[in-house]
Amino acid sequence: MAKITVDGIVYEVNPQNNLLQECLSHGLDLPYFCWHPCMGSVGACRQCAVKQYRNADDKIGTVVMSCMTPASDGAIISIADAQAVKMRSSVIESLMISHPHDCPVCEEGGECHLQDMTQMSGHNYRRYDFKKVTHRNQNLGPFINHEMNRCIACYRCVRYYDDYAGGKDLAALGAHHHVYFGRQEEGTLESEFSGNLVEVCPTGVFTDKTFSEHYTRKWDLQTAPSICTGCGAGCNTTPGERYGTLRRIVNRYHHDLNGYFLCDRGRFGYGFNSSDNRITEASLVSSHADEKGVRKPLTQQEAQRQFDALTAGDVVGIGSPRASLESNLALRARVGVKNFYAGFSAEQQRCMQAVIAINREQGLHCPDIRTLEQADCVLVVNEDITNTSPRFALALRQAVRNRASQLATDARIPLWQDAAVRELAQNELSPLFILSPQGTRLDDVATETCLSTIAQQVALLSAIANTIDASVGTAATDEDSAEQARRIAAALISATKPTIVSGISAGSEALIHAAANVARALRKHSVQSAAINLCFAMPEVNTMGLALLMEEGGGTLDEALQRLARGNADAAIVLENDLSLRTTPAALDAAIAGTDSGSAVWVVIDQLHNSFNARAQLLLPVTSFAEQNSTFVNYEGRAQSSHQVFPADAALRPGYEWLTPHDPLSPLLTTSETILFHSAQTLAAFAGAEKLLPPRTGMQALMKSPRQLHRYSGRTAMHANSNVHESKQPTDRQSPMAFSMEGLSLQKDSSLLSAAWAPGWNSNQAISKFQDEINGELKQGCKGVHLLQRTLPPQSAMAVNPAKAGKKGTFVVYFIDHIFGSDELSAKSPAITARSVGPYLCIGKSEATALGLHQHGLARVSNGDHVVELPVLIRQRIAAGAVGIYCGAEINRHLFAGSVSVAPVHEDDNVLARSRQMFSDLIINDSLINNSEPGRS
Amino acid sequence: MNIIASSTSRPIARALTAEEKHEIDHEMTLYPDKRAVGLEALKIVQKHQGWVSDESLMGVADYLGMSAHELDGVATFFNLIFRRPVGRNVILFCDSVSCWIMGCDRIKEHISNRLGIDYGQTTADGEYTLLPVPCLGDCDRAPVMLMDGEQHRNLTAEKIDQLFAQRALNKEASESK
Amino acid sequence: MSRAPFDIGQYRAAGGYGSVEKMLKTMAPGDVLDLVKNSGLKGRGGAGFPTGLKWSFVPMGDNAPKTKYLVVNADEMEPGTFKDRLLMEGDPHLLLEGMMIAAYTIQANTAYIFLRGEYLRAEKLLQNAIAEAHNKGLLGKNIQGSGFDLEIILHTSAGRYICGEETALLNALEGKRANPRAKPPFPQVSGLWGKPTIVNNVETLCNLPGIVNYGIEWFKGLGLGADAGTKLCGVSGRVKNPGCWELPLGTPIRELLEHKAGGMCDGYALRAFLPGGGSTDFLLPQHLDLTLDYDVIGKAGSRLATGTMIVLDDRTCPVGMVGNLMKFFSHESCGWCTPCRDGLPWIDEIFQRFEKGGGLESDMQVLTDHLEYLGPGRTFCALAPGAMAPLGSALRHFRDDFHDHIHGGGCPWQR
Repeated sequence: MAKITVDGIVYEVNPQNNLLQECLSHGLDLPYFCWHPCMGSVGACRQCAVKQYRNADDKIGTVVMSCMTPASDGAIISIADAQAVKMRSSVIESLMISHPHDCPVCEEGGECHLQDMTQMSGHNYRRYDFKKVTHRNQNLGPFINHEMNRCIACYRCVRYYDDYAGGKDLAALGAHHHVYFGRQEEGTLESEFSGNLVEVCPTGVFTDKTFSEHYTRKWDLQTAPSICTGCGAGCNTTPGERYGTLRRIVNRYHHDLNGYFLCDRGRFGYGFNSSDNRITEASLVSSHADEKGVRKPLTQQEAQRQFDALTAGDVVGIGSPRASLESNLALRARVGVKNFYAGFSAEQQRCMQAVIAINREQGLHCPDIRTLEQADCVLVVNEDITNTSPRFALALRQAVRNRASQLATDARIPLWQDAAVRELAQNELSPLFILSPQGTRLDDVATETCLSTIAQQVALLSAIANTIDASVGTAATDEDSAEQARRIAAALISATKPTIVSGISAGSEALIHAAANVARALRKHSVQSAAINLCFAMPEVNTMGLALLMEEGGGTLDEALQRLARGNADAAIVLENDLSLRTTPAALDAAIAGTDSGSAVWVVIDQLHNSFNARAQLLLPVTSFAEQNSTFVNYEGRAQSSHQVFPADAALRPGYEWLTPHDPLSPLLTTSETILFHSAQTLAAFAGAEKLLPPRTGMQALMKSPRQLHRYSGRTAMHANSNVHESKQPTDRQSPMAFSMEGLSLQKDSSLLSAAWAPGWNSNQAISKFQDEINGELKQGCKGVHLLQRTLPPQSAMAVNPAKAGKKGTFVVYFIDHIFGSDELSAKSPAITARSVGPYLCIGKSEATALGLHQHGLARVSNGDHVVELPVLIRQRIAAGAVGIYCGAEINRHLFAGSVSVAPVHEDDNVLARSRQMFSDLIINDSLINNSEPGRS
Repeated sequence: MNIIASSTSRPIARALTAEEKHEIDHEMTLYPDKRAVGLEALKIVQKHQGWVSDESLMGVADYLGMSAHELDGVATFFNLIFRRPVGRNVILFCDSVSCWIMGCDRIKEHISNRLGIDYGQTTADGEYTLLPVPCLGDCDRAPVMLMDGEQHRNLTAEKIDQLFAQRALNKEASESK
Repeated sequence: MSRAPFDIGQYRAAGGYGSVEKMLKTMAPGDVLDLVKNSGLKGRGGAGFPTGLKWSFVPMGDNAPKTKYLVVNADEMEPGTFKDRLLMEGDPHLLLEGMMIAAYTIQANTAYIFLRGEYLRAEKLLQNAIAEAHNKGLLGKNIQGSGFDLEIILHTSAGRYICGEETALLNALEGKRANPRAKPPFPQVSGLWGKPTIVNNVETLCNLPGIVNYGIEWFKGLGLGADAGTKLCGVSGRVKNPGCWELPLGTPIRELLEHKAGGMCDGYALRAFLPGGGSTDFLLPQHLDLTLDYDVIGKAGSRLATGTMIVLDDRTCPVGMVGNLMKFFSHESCGWCTPCRDGLPWIDEIFQRFEKGGGLESDMQVLTDHLEYLGPGRTFCALAPGAMAPLGSALRHFRDDFHDHIHGGGCPWQR
């Protein structure tokens, strides 16, 4: 620790940091633009000027940029010094000379860092009376608006987009006061993390286009701390609501997980919430003879009555990896453990058992996302994380830069000197190895991408493990693989934080064990070092939660379907689950048909209409993540609370409310809290989960946290169009939050921090006021509860069964995931739909030529029993002998798992033109598509 | 506020000529990082094509395996990379301080009147483009301009007239051949 | 410069490359460093930083990075500066010889010449000279059996004043936008492609062969005052005989202006002059007896900088002259830091208004505010502070002229 003096007051600081960061960490108001907690300093904007004195006798001092000056021990600075104050106000005056006076119509207004800093710097009179510089804007696609006239040229956008997130299609163009931040030609921003520009831009150049559709000022949004439901990473979000509709999602800082950034699926994938697909009322297929088969709407009371009546007998309950823990628990409680079945496919369930066991094994460590960023050697096993757990991919882009940090440390360049570190390290990157059946979006920073099928990957992993520890795995059979295994093993061994990242997308248990065996071999090899990082991405928000629940008993989905097919149940309750995605049509049809002696009544509780729940007799509408309190368990086994943002329409209820029989005599409400508390007491897998609940003592026990900012407007009048009498605010009896402006102010208690705000800090940058230090832990609040403990002793390597080879003349199938489209719910959001493509087949160039397939033509894909015609994407980078299928919402992947044969289909020009159009929207790194060579330069 | 520039047809990368590739390949041997060749490659293309079109820019980016966006960031930074078509002869006219003291404004007026173009414009026949340039390092013989690789010094209105008259004559002669 | 430069035969016949032969045979890199350090040679590019001291920050020895670079700053673009072009067109081998000495001293095996794109003749001559030197075994592997390798690569720029700033130059050479880099780290530690790099001006390097050949005392003896050696000094503007001369440092300015440049043209009187290019403060006739020394001119409130003098006569508008410079600096700002990017165009607008008429008394306050706001330490690099030098001194010396513009409805001068 070092000490610095700021305006006569001594502060303890970390001398590794710069003065700006330390001043902000200590809660001082010092304006800035180009600096960012995750991106360091470049000294461009000159806004953070302070006066620095050489020593106590120096009364004159020098104006320095605090972001470019180390917080060295003994430094004496002044923020209040007149010259420094004047410098800062001059900078603002400059920045404003071409800035439009459009705050009233600017979507940044009210949460604009530029507004905040202008106020803070005291600039309030315009002396510049010449013409402003103006620019033309670009159409950047369905996510982001572009309004260049507002630009203050802080360079944050390109530093974030290109330098931090690895984007290639946003650049600083032109020079002097004509610098322009945009694309070489207009078009959709390609990065999967483009949405963060909205928050990185200190003013309104880049704003959220989906938000524009139904814009509301920040202060008029009702918000609550929420969890992203786009995948199983558990990123923290703040959804905002007004007039009963979800308006946008922004990042909510979580120290261990998402930090300051989200992926575009998470940010823009909320639109399904108010889509036309939403199930808005309960309905029942009539069984009366005269109107048989007609679906009729029900009131909530009727629906509840019908539900109870229909499910009074022998009931099968099928849970869901995308439903809250509480709803799954409630279903399990309602039907009993022996009637409770997992809502994921059998192969996923097997994978999850393996993953949970590995996550309980000592000597291995499941890295949070921040830890992923710190890895100095990464092996990605099969999982296409950019598309399945995108926030991991952004983290790995930081991990490869640890080599640069190391070089900078050696050269005594402070790590916050962002440009200097990059200039020093140039193209030097930490090792990143990717095993994948096709080229990935991370290939540009990968040391090596080994294009390989699952079977080949299992063999290679086995060889890597064997190279590290000869008693494990099997040596490679050919010299090329042996050499490859040696390269990867050597890099892992020499790393101090070796990290293996995989997932369950492939549904291959063998692959999970093979990946774990490498970690085990590493653990054995370097006994003294810290635990080996090994994690598995989860496809859905609560995959891990449901898998943990299944540890406490219950059957597989296959068992449920077989039981239903045998007619061994009166009813089936399916919780928030489209079973057509989980199994083959035949298995599902059989289950629905039952036997001649009787078939079950199907009750489906869900958010969106789909082909499966159209077949349910009773369909119950359920609240979305934003309309209910939930607990979700992420890939680490970290349970986190997601709070209700706004009251849903009366017809909608949370799953756990539908499922919990209401006892009118009991004074106690069944709430998400009571369900969670009960399960924490009774189920070993959820021991400790009660720590998520709000404290029962202190102010929080007496007062609620407001969901509305103190400037929330129109409350007394917003419903005056329907009733001039001011309606009572909805009360929230279920959670520690209130649908109101009243309650505990953030400055008193920020344990439930949705929208950060502090006096003078209206933008998201206010978050620094709630951190113990910049980019540090939040001072208050719960980071979640880890449900998985390392209770199992280190295991020796598991024997891995090699995957079966395909039949001759067939191709091994791998399934492709897309960030926009592969997630069931977000795919139904208009902005995401605009970025999605339909199903297609991916094939290598030589295979395509041999078969007579052309680029963007049609192919007939067959597994013997089932045939589908798909547009063809010929890729350069794909494992030999493999074909990829992207299923979209149209193709059932369970039909084509294993191997398929492929044949060309004659296509007409219309088909070609259509698929060409479709593929032109697809963003993948492939030289056949966009002519750029993948791989490190 | 939302003036969105809309492009009807997206430009497609132009395949570089063998000559261009050959020269770029040579440059690649001189630098340890292919990114460093970007500007050189643009100059090579400009030498052959007269200017750098979107198609050429994308062609260079493809050839070097770099992002066209990044390359355009470099291209648009520098004064001597022409991202719009220019005339067959580019007049780089020094408007810097020594030339200004020596009355370059009047010479520039004279050229503008004679050719009918201002800075940044090209004559209708596509013959000349007039651009300002900051200091050509010939200040002791100001005013100065650079045309066709040749520096013209101690400029006067008469000299300008002679120069363009001579060029017109030469052109006629070469066309009649 | 009409005479063809020496080819390598003529150059060697006149003793050229003798210093390299001497150095490779008899001197270790450390010896050369000491020699240059003790010679008192200061950088001739503008800043006047001691050359040997600059070199001494390059890591040397077995633990130093193997790859190092020498970069020649031949991006001469300072308004009114025309000295490096003369050297390169007149004696390209002298530059190569100097480069070999510098590269050997820091043990760099690759050297780039970063040449202004507009210097087409210099480009041809240098390219030719490099080929000649290569053919004679003065470049390439194991030069003259010394074990020292050196390749010299000529890079031509595409026009940006900021590339003359050494770190912006490095970015340009790497193929990036030529924004300057933060210092520290200095290029000597992390320069071109992150490797230790020295950036020296053409004229600086051309001093080296003489120092190696004839030694410290000789070099120091060349100077008449405190500074060692000679300096290329130029005069442009309304003088009888504008041109560029090599003069001993310490020569009185009067000698340069009145004897070498022949004094003012008939009918013109000296009003003021910028002693070292567009980024220096105006000096007045009363300063003519000062000597061309870095410190002497510094004490008078200006800088020797490039040593090329721009003369303001009594029939040229000082406001227009400064306005011309402001337009230049405004256009040549790279756009990286706020004060320079947004401050200079404002100043430019004000000068245009002075010229056309409509200038306001309050504009003077805006200009005065910008003097501090764009001053040293406030901006990312030295471009804007350089621009403030002529502006600040003009506001001091020519206040009446500004007043006339504001209250006379535009520029009162008939030009």
